[in-house]
Amino acid sequence: MNPVLKLLIEGGSLSTAQMAQVLGLTDQEINSHLEQLKKDKIFLGWRPVLNLSQESAAAVRAVIEVKITPERGGGFNNFAQRISRFDEVESCYLMSGGYDLLVFVTGGSLQKVANFVSEKLSTIEGVLSTATHFMLRSYKEQHFLMEAPAEETGRLKVAP
Amino acid sequence: MDTKAYIARHVINLPRSGIRDFFEIVAKMKNVISLGIGEPDFDTPWHIREAAIYALEKGKTHYTSNLGLIELRRAICKYVEKNFAITYKPEDEVIVTVGVSEAIDIAIRALINPGDKVLFHQPCYVSYHPSVTLAHGTGVPVPTYAKDNFALTAEALAAAWEPGCKLLMLNLPCNPTGGTCSRAQLEAIAKFAVEKDLLVLSDEIYSELTFDGEHVSIASLPGMQERTIFLHGFSKAFAMTGWRIGYACGPAELIEAMMKVHQYSMMCASIISQEAAIEALVRGEDGMKAMREQYHRRRDFIVRRLNEAGLKCHVPRASFYAFPYVGGTGLNGRDFAVGLLEAQKVAVVPGAAFGANGADFVRACFATSYEQLIEATDKIEKYCQTLAAKKN
Repeated sequence: MNPVLKLLIEGGSLSTAQMAQVLGLTDQEINSHLEQLKKDKIFLGWRPVLNLSQESAAAVRAVIEVKITPERGGGFNNFAQRISRFDEVESCYLMSGGYDLLVFVTGGSLQKVANFVSEKLSTIEGVLSTATHFMLRSYKEQHFLMEAPAEETGRLKVAP
Repeated sequence: MDTKAYIARHVINLPRSGIRDFFEIVAKMKNVISLGIGEPDFDTPWHIREAAIYALEKGKTHYTSNLGLIELRRAICKYVEKNFAITYKPEDEVIVTVGVSEAIDIAIRALINPGDKVLFHQPCYVSYHPSVTLAHGTGVPVPTYAKDNFALTAEALAAAWEPGCKLLMLNLPCNPTGGTCSRAQLEAIAKFAVEKDLLVLSDEIYSELTFDGEHVSIASLPGMQERTIFLHGFSKAFAMTGWRIGYACGPAELIEAMMKVHQYSMMCASIISQEAAIEALVRGEDGMKAMREQYHRRRDFIVRRLNEAGLKCHVPRASFYAFPYVGGTGLNGRDFAVGLLEAQKVAVVPGAAFGANGADFVRACFATSYEQLIEATDKIEKYCQTLAAKKN
């Protein structure tokens, strides 16, 4: 496996300079690894993981279960790609089970998310039904605990 | 009243651990990057902690059998068979102990008569020699060398052997050197043990953290199971140092003898830790492998950087310790460590803590984050440069 990819999967937040140090490569080599991973569509990009619950800019988030009739020829893909293009959509997955697509949506307010569902999503031809669940509170995002226990675990500085 | 006069002679003469000494200096300083910690930086995986919480909720708060929970002993036997190719009977060939430290202590107390001699390789873990002394035995150190990557050789063993030696203590992979033995080297040691009729106490606590090649247990070699007590624990592989849980496997008569000492001193290991240990053995392998992979990368990094800094550092095949030679700077390990701490606020452990022949080395534990390792090795490099400038 690409060594840079391994470091990325570990989930640390190393800068490219730090990655270069760890792997014994030059900064350019790290960048060219990243470029290659981007070309291969394995590494899609960076995004910060934020906890905005205390911020006035906090967005309303919802998870929407979508049932659709698959098209001949395109299957679910055309629908999924079309839905994914909306800015409101954070993530979109094809699912097994009781519905077809699971769509994560954010909006500035409850009203905006509701409008998106009623005016955009459910009006797409082929969408049979939607079930929208608003998120009330987040406990863990992308492996980060929201209420992380205190950093200091009382680990000794020197031990046998 | 002269309270000191009440202390037993063999205890009063026992030196304090060199690590403890150094710890007290470090503890007074702020913002130190410590490579002096002999434990994983990972917290115990959550599924193991959760199993312990569940055990408490279910009211598992009582004594267990002196030997430990039979479910745990069964899980241990399965694990040892799968990973070390040695078969033990859970009923009478396994005892669960309070860490490998206790297993070492009760094994020596069960086996050693006053004056019996015990061979152990050096540099070694801090408790080996004192455990022998506390049982009124005599420790016989066998040196290992950087040129052999700190593997124990049968030649060194033969040179150190003297009449009256009864027991050979092995710690492969080794804290602090990361040294291990190849199968051929172990076979030569096994042959020597048979020839001199030595019993072997094999502490393999770092075996899961072997990065290059296979780990071989001496107990798995032909004819060795009957003369080996195999010691292992959960602290390093499963990041469970604070749980204090380990075990010993061996011939039933020897386990029975150890059980007597254990029964009258410790009674049994904590039931909560035992319950957590079952979870670790049954479902902990993936987590353990992920940790090992990270240690592996960190090892490659720190060894490279220490060598770039001008120290001579062999590649430890296992464990999470680098053990560079610092004698080239003109300082011994202790002066180097104290100087490094004062000048750059980086803590490493002076090698003398692990035996006199470690005096020109320091132990740097790489079980810490990349960020810290990068900063620490940069600082070590700076410190080495100032030492080199002084020398010229």
